[in-house]
Amino acid sequence: MARGLQSHLPLLFLSSLSSSLARPRSVQTSEMSERRSSPEDDCSSLLSRLGSDSPRPRMKYGGMFCSVEGAFENKTLNFESFSPQTQRRRAAGNRTDGRDAGQAPAFPSGHAREIYGKRQGDRLIIKGGKIVNDDQSFYADIYVEDGSIKQVGENLMVPAGVRTLDAYGQLVIPGGVDANTNLLAPQRGLTPPGGFFMGSRAALGGGTTTIMEHVLVEPGTSLLAALDQWKETAEQTACCDFSFHLDITRWHEGLNEELETLVRDHGVNSFLFFMSYKDKYQSSDSQLYEAFGVLRDLGAIAQVHAENGDIIDEEQKKLLSLGITGPEGHVLSHPEEVETEAVYRAITIAKQANCPLYVTKVMSKSAADVIAKARKKGMLVYGEPITAGLATDGSHYWSKDWATAAAFVMSPPLNPDPSTPQYLTSLLACGDLQVTSSAHASFSTAQKAVGKDDFTLIPEGTNGIGERMSVVWDRAVCTGKMDENEFVAVTSTNAAKLFNIYPRKGRIAVGSDADIVIWNPKETQTVSAKTHNLSVEVNILEGLEFRGVASVVISGGRVVLEDGKLNVNEGSGRFIPRKAFPDAVYKRIRARSKMAEARGVPRGSYDGPVHDVISMTKSVPPTPTTRGPPCPKTQMNLRNLHQSGFTLAGTQIDDHIPRRSAQRIVAPPGGRSNITSLS
Amino acid sequence: MSDCRRQWNREDELPVYLAGPINTGPNQKKSYGMFSSVEGAFESKTIDFDNYAVGRKGSRTPRSGSRERVLDAGDPMGKTSSEAREGSLTNSTGETDDAHPGVESERLLIKGGRVVNDDQSLYADVYIEDGLIKQVGENLVVPGGIKVIEANGRMVIPGGIDVNTCLMKHYLGTQPADDFLQGTKAALAGGTTMIIDHVTPAPGESLLEAFECWQEAADKKACCDYSLHVDIPQWNEIVKDELELLVQEKGINSFQVYMAYKDVYQMSDSQLYEAFSFLKQLGAVVLVHAENGDLIAQEQRKILGMGITGPEGHPLSRPEELEAEAVFRAITLGNRVNCPVYITKVMSKSAADTIAQARRKGSVVFGEPITASLVTDGSHYWSRNWAKAAAYVTSPPLSPDPTTPDHLNTLLACGDLQVVGSAHCAYSTSQKAIGKDDFTLIPEGTNGVEERMGFVWDKAVAMGKMDENQFVAVTSTNAAKIFNLYPRKGRIAVGSDADIVIWDPYSVKTITAKLQQSASEYNIFEGLECRGGPALVLSQGRVVYEEGKLQAQQGTGRFIPRKHFPDYAYQRVKFRNQVNRQQGVTRGLYDGPVYDVVPTPKYITPAPSAKTSPISHQPPPIRNLHQSNFSLSGAQLDDNIPRRSGHRIVAPPGGRSNITSLG
Repeated sequence: MARGLQSHLPLLFLSSLSSSLARPRSVQTSEMSERRSSPEDDCSSLLSRLGSDSPRPRMKYGGMFCSVEGAFENKTLNFESFSPQTQRRRAAGNRTDGRDAGQAPAFPSGHAREIYGKRQGDRLIIKGGKIVNDDQSFYADIYVEDGSIKQVGENLMVPAGVRTLDAYGQLVIPGGVDANTNLLAPQRGLTPPGGFFMGSRAALGGGTTTIMEHVLVEPGTSLLAALDQWKETAEQTACCDFSFHLDITRWHEGLNEELETLVRDHGVNSFLFFMSYKDKYQSSDSQLYEAFGVLRDLGAIAQVHAENGDIIDEEQKKLLSLGITGPEGHVLSHPEEVETEAVYRAITIAKQANCPLYVTKVMSKSAADVIAKARKKGMLVYGEPITAGLATDGSHYWSKDWATAAAFVMSPPLNPDPSTPQYLTSLLACGDLQVTSSAHASFSTAQKAVGKDDFTLIPEGTNGIGERMSVVWDRAVCTGKMDENEFVAVTSTNAAKLFNIYPRKGRIAVGSDADIVIWNPKETQTVSAKTHNLSVEVNILEGLEFRGVASVVISGGRVVLEDGKLNVNEGSGRFIPRKAFPDAVYKRIRARSKMAEARGVPRGSYDGPVHDVISMTKSVPPTPTTRGPPCPKTQMNLRNLHQSGFTLAGTQIDDHIPRRSAQRIVAPPGGRSNITSLS
Repeated sequence: MSDCRRQWNREDELPVYLAGPINTGPNQKKSYGMFSSVEGAFESKTIDFDNYAVGRKGSRTPRSGSRERVLDAGDPMGKTSSEAREGSLTNSTGETDDAHPGVESERLLIKGGRVVNDDQSLYADVYIEDGLIKQVGENLVVPGGIKVIEANGRMVIPGGIDVNTCLMKHYLGTQPADDFLQGTKAALAGGTTMIIDHVTPAPGESLLEAFECWQEAADKKACCDYSLHVDIPQWNEIVKDELELLVQEKGINSFQVYMAYKDVYQMSDSQLYEAFSFLKQLGAVVLVHAENGDLIAQEQRKILGMGITGPEGHPLSRPEELEAEAVFRAITLGNRVNCPVYITKVMSKSAADTIAQARRKGSVVFGEPITASLVTDGSHYWSRNWAKAAAYVTSPPLSPDPTTPDHLNTLLACGDLQVVGSAHCAYSTSQKAIGKDDFTLIPEGTNGVEERMGFVWDKAVAMGKMDENQFVAVTSTNAAKIFNLYPRKGRIAVGSDADIVIWDPYSVKTITAKLQQSASEYNIFEGLECRGGPALVLSQGRVVYEEGKLQAQQGTGRFIPRKHFPDYAYQRVKFRNQVNRQQGVTRGLYDGPVYDVVPTPKYITPAPSAKTSPISHQPPPIRNLHQSNFSLSGAQLDDNIPRRSGHRIVAPPGGRSNITSLG
């Protein structure tokens, strides 16, 4: 169908469009050829020319994710080309689009179709605001139509009857991207109350328009099936756009194919591994190394929950035996060092595997320092502090009120050091940490009370999805640590770049999704469980006052928050697929894998005497007498036995290897008749 | 002075109250800097050296005497407890005394030397009798007819202590070229008068038996005093009992655990945690071989897969980061357990830096660079000569970064690293050639016991990084303190063992395998020039090396038992134990609603259940049940098991006729 349309397109537009399209991404050409043809794009390219010149590109000054020169031209791009597997979803969107309704073939899109019907209505112009991107700020108006930004500039020519939003004196920023939420993941059979609907609603209320949810795949479950379930739930209930990380709780070689499918066809490009939760989710170093290698080849990003599960397990046992059962036991059993150690180890493994690493939930100063140092050594590692870690500290674990103390329980725990939030904010401001998220996983007090007699049973998680943007504004911008552009970077743009949804998300530019927040820096709000948009009765930030509030939030071109009132549609959120090999990360990885080729030394073969191992193994046992070590050390031969081209009768070496001999028993040289028992 | 000497025998009988003054000496230290001199140390040294001898029993068994000394120094807070312990210890003292007949009764006077200890240097004569230092001072009154050694202003230093040698480490049934005889001869020739060797039992072997085997071999062959570390190849309950026995009765206070050698020696973090906790209770020092074995195994597979089989594969598969990571982890574990950690073989800058930083944060951690890492770098792994490249193979490997030795020397000089070992484990080229087609099979180990002292002088003192006192500290005193040999070893003081070296800072010698004592045919320092060397070495009061001539006597080496809870490592730990008591919060019982976990698996809980997907509201138990349900088939269960599918392909349901390919 799409190809058929192509021939009708005006050649003029097509040529300009295709030239800009064909330049950057080579991988997607086949898909692009299909998408390029949609009439909507056609339109946008026409309109974009009008507006795109007005913002004057400012020269970048340093910073980590500073803008790319010439980025502005690219903005007219069709952003669909950045996402795999969007054809169908977007096509469905087009079909329900008002203008093209006539051409829409009868595709069974069902539920989603209605949603799109609803969301496409708004045409908006945002006037008089100061547009803040991560690289620059400028005054301009924005025209939004069909859920995307059509024009940016002054004196826009817009159709009549367009709704006007007044943003005078306020900032217009890209909607926040929350890179870490757990709205569905059950813990010990407890599901976070509210689910996607309440979670995404709270997100919108705080100015976050895209969430990246962690899909917790229980050991033994299929990754694809888990993703599908999550996706289905989210499509039905989420009211903001969402994307998924997959949490892999048990790594084995068999996952390779599934991962490949996920990355190629399902738009997932990030996978989380646990270094803690011993005997449950924990991955060993070997597994991590293997997994990281696979992820690198797929162009995905490895995430880790970095805590040393072995030590935590021991500490938990110790504390429980000391009779400490309250929530303070949680922080005592998850000391800072344990986090730091795991971060260090994860970075080492990622370095060896040459894989980009994203450390979720950086909660302590020393862990953040390790990341900062590693970055200084050139490693590709990203750190994510969370709302709770930036706003409060771990002193509350010692609260006399059990419910309060338990509400703060999360892993890694909030640090009892009261200077931690400030320190993390500073690192965030200077670029040593890059992304803020919420790690939102809220449980009701009754659910937390499951662990009232044993802190290890308390479901872990804190709220923060709604407060995230305000916390960063208040703690970092108001204190003078970062400017408004950096604010946009850490709340939105960096995450979008890392996870490859930039510039569709994380930027106000022509062609980007119309996820826009009008930010009022002057207003203040006081956080309280009474007023927050969640269904739990506690808020860990209770009573704290934050400057900076989202006064208007536009998600997918619809105004969802206005005058303090949320107006959301359940199920209006779209799944945002993400392509592999995000440029912000993988450019360097590619170059490094070329450099990292190890080479052997060509040398003549050694022709000197070789110590006779066989005779020694035979003769040794008698020599140091019967008391001595009976079996000589088999130090390293386990590792590469089959590799040894070592000529002396392999049988002798084999004798040291328990495993090998076991295999031989399974398949004796004579063959066996009963083969079924092999499996 | 003579009066003093005569009194001395009498004083022996009154150890308790006189032990006081001595006791306070070392412990009142107000140290500025790490190993800085002791305030008031000078007085105690010059005023009355005889005081030091108080602890000694009249019977001249050096063993029991030294025990007393160690005890005194080792327990600042509880003199009473040290006395209590004394009784239990004396049982085991007698046995090894007969191992060194004929050592006594040599009387020597070292005249005109400059006595260099770790805290100060002073001009003094040293009088030695019965293998012990009897007097230190000027114008000593000594019996006539004794042998006088003229030091002529040269330095008189405590004999070196090499804390890391492997003279009996089996590898695939072969023994290192240097056994206890060759190895200790080499040690003496280099100015080292005591070694601490690693007992390396194979996994599954009894530690106790291995220890006895080592001790037997060493008693027969060693020419200098020795002690033993015991390596723990595996962690289990049996090992615990043996460790307790070793600590309580055999005089072992240091045990090595491995973070590398996957599937052989490697312990998991949980095991390490347990082992650390247990060893801490015993008061032992935990030695850690710090490398990430998991990743090494992976890297080795990768590198062999790339077709790299030569010795350069060794450093390629064991990059510096893996060492630093493991050091970091070991320190973290040590901090959590609150247990002193001793990192053996610090080979890279980043590992050394990690240790230095941890010390700055207050961790009780010690780092031991070795001769090889202080002198040479890993560029030789890429040598065209296979035998040469293989000779350098040791783990962790020498860092290919040529600035490493300099950096390590600097850290050693400033006290961030404390002890110099040699990790001497010399295999002949033909033994190394076992791995000629696979670098992972090359036996690991380099020489260095003989060159250790000389090169520290050359690289650190002669370069101006370190003074002579620090030189004594890193080559001898610190090791003696950490492993609880001090002040019997590691110090020139009245009552200490007469392990003394007259050091010639101006001698220059070119290292070559032809002239070395070690039996290995390749010396990794071949051709290097080394300033500084021993002019004369006394072991147990006997001249064993003089002007290039070695007169070592096989079997004269004594086993030196070491008591647990070395003060130097454990004093801080004890205080931290008291400070760091973890306490819970006393709060009223939580009386609010509690989410009912039990019924949830039965029925999906709240309102939106019909609409949302089942997964969101299903707790794990039920998900496990459903899991076979929603997905394809019962084969799901099998999917949990990695590599299972591979097996199935090998043996399809229909059966196969050709079964041999399975092997």
